[in-house]
Amino acid sequence: MTEKPVYTEFHPRWYRTRVSTYWWLDRTPYVKFILRELSSIFVAFFVVITLLQIRALGQGPQAYPAFQQRLQAPIMVILNILSLLFVLFHTITWFNLTPKAIVLRVRGRRLPDLLIAAPNYVAWLVVSGVIAWIVTGG
Amino acid sequence: MADKITLEVARYDPERHTEPTFEKYEVPFRKDWVILDALNYIKDRLDGSLSYRWSCRTGICGSCGMMVDGEPKLTCATFLSSYAPGPVRVEALRNFPIVRDLVIEMTDFMVKLKKVKPWIVRENEKPISQGEYLQTPEQLENYKQFSMCINCLLCYAACPVYGLDNLFTGPAAIALAQRYNLDSRDVGARERREILSDHEGIWGCTFVGECTEVCPKHVDPAGAIQQYKVDAAIDWFKSFLLPRGAK
Repeated sequence: MTEKPVYTEFHPRWYRTRVSTYWWLDRTPYVKFILRELSSIFVAFFVVITLLQIRALGQGPQAYPAFQQRLQAPIMVILNILSLLFVLFHTITWFNLTPKAIVLRVRGRRLPDLLIAAPNYVAWLVVSGVIAWIVTGG
Repeated sequence: MADKITLEVARYDPERHTEPTFEKYEVPFRKDWVILDALNYIKDRLDGSLSYRWSCRTGICGSCGMMVDGEPKLTCATFLSSYAPGPVRVEALRNFPIVRDLVIEMTDFMVKLKKVKPWIVRENEKPISQGEYLQTPEQLENYKQFSMCINCLLCYAACPVYGLDNLFTGPAAIALAQRYNLDSRDVGARERREILSDHEGIWGCTFVGECTEVCPKHVDPAGAIQQYKVDAAIDWFKSFLLPRGAK
């Protein structure tokens, strides 16, 4: 413990804490943050799946069932469920953060957070509804 | 109710220690005592060599920020009773070099604060005879929240981005820059943008959001940074779309 004092010109030796690689396990909000960052991988996964799906569609009626078959593999089902959960987490956490980034004032008063976040959810529901309507055959 | 509570206080003497160690002190457990009262008791009665910063005791000066049980807190506004039955760990603010015991080195913040020009920048000063610069309550409301910052640095201690890369300008300095950007009397936004739009400025922030959670004055630095990101992005688009840029 005892060591020769090391001085620089103006101050005694400082102690600098090293940040652990696992700093994000220290507190729940940090874990939540890392999970939110990680969710981007699953968002990308969904994008890739959608692009592959479009490509399979383009290859004609024979190719598409083969693509569907591949998606039914247990590993793909698990991956898809996991991705859905992460994408939902991604969407909800980011929607809830929008009031931090967007400040709207009406007659000098700042709009409450709920009014900034809610349109995102409404748009989400509307778009989902339209897609569901198209998928179920209008 | 127990009449004593144990404080585990981080001690570091640069001449004797290579790293901080914890020392235990028993202090009276009083409902009306904050952590700072307990530290003052230790300093007065138990161990005069304990070093820490404090001044106003009323949450204004921003000197007594420390880690209390791993959370950045103003020790003058954190009651002992919240940690009963103890023990309570008190350490120097995270993410800063420690000078001694609970005293941190904050030059890095001071340099960054000055860089963002936290003062009213004017192109022309009007003569005193023309009177003061008037503001409406709405104009005041625009920046008032960000002006509440007391430079206590709890936000820096909560920010993992700053902990991992201390080139990051950091929450309080950006919030204070935004305080002046939003002030109707100020014209310095353009000068500040060069510093703030830097990779180490607003774009360094990954929006962990903990700075806002720990802020004792409800400044919301995370909000200030995200709002500035939106402004900077809009300006960047404008510089493409408009013939003479975003002037």
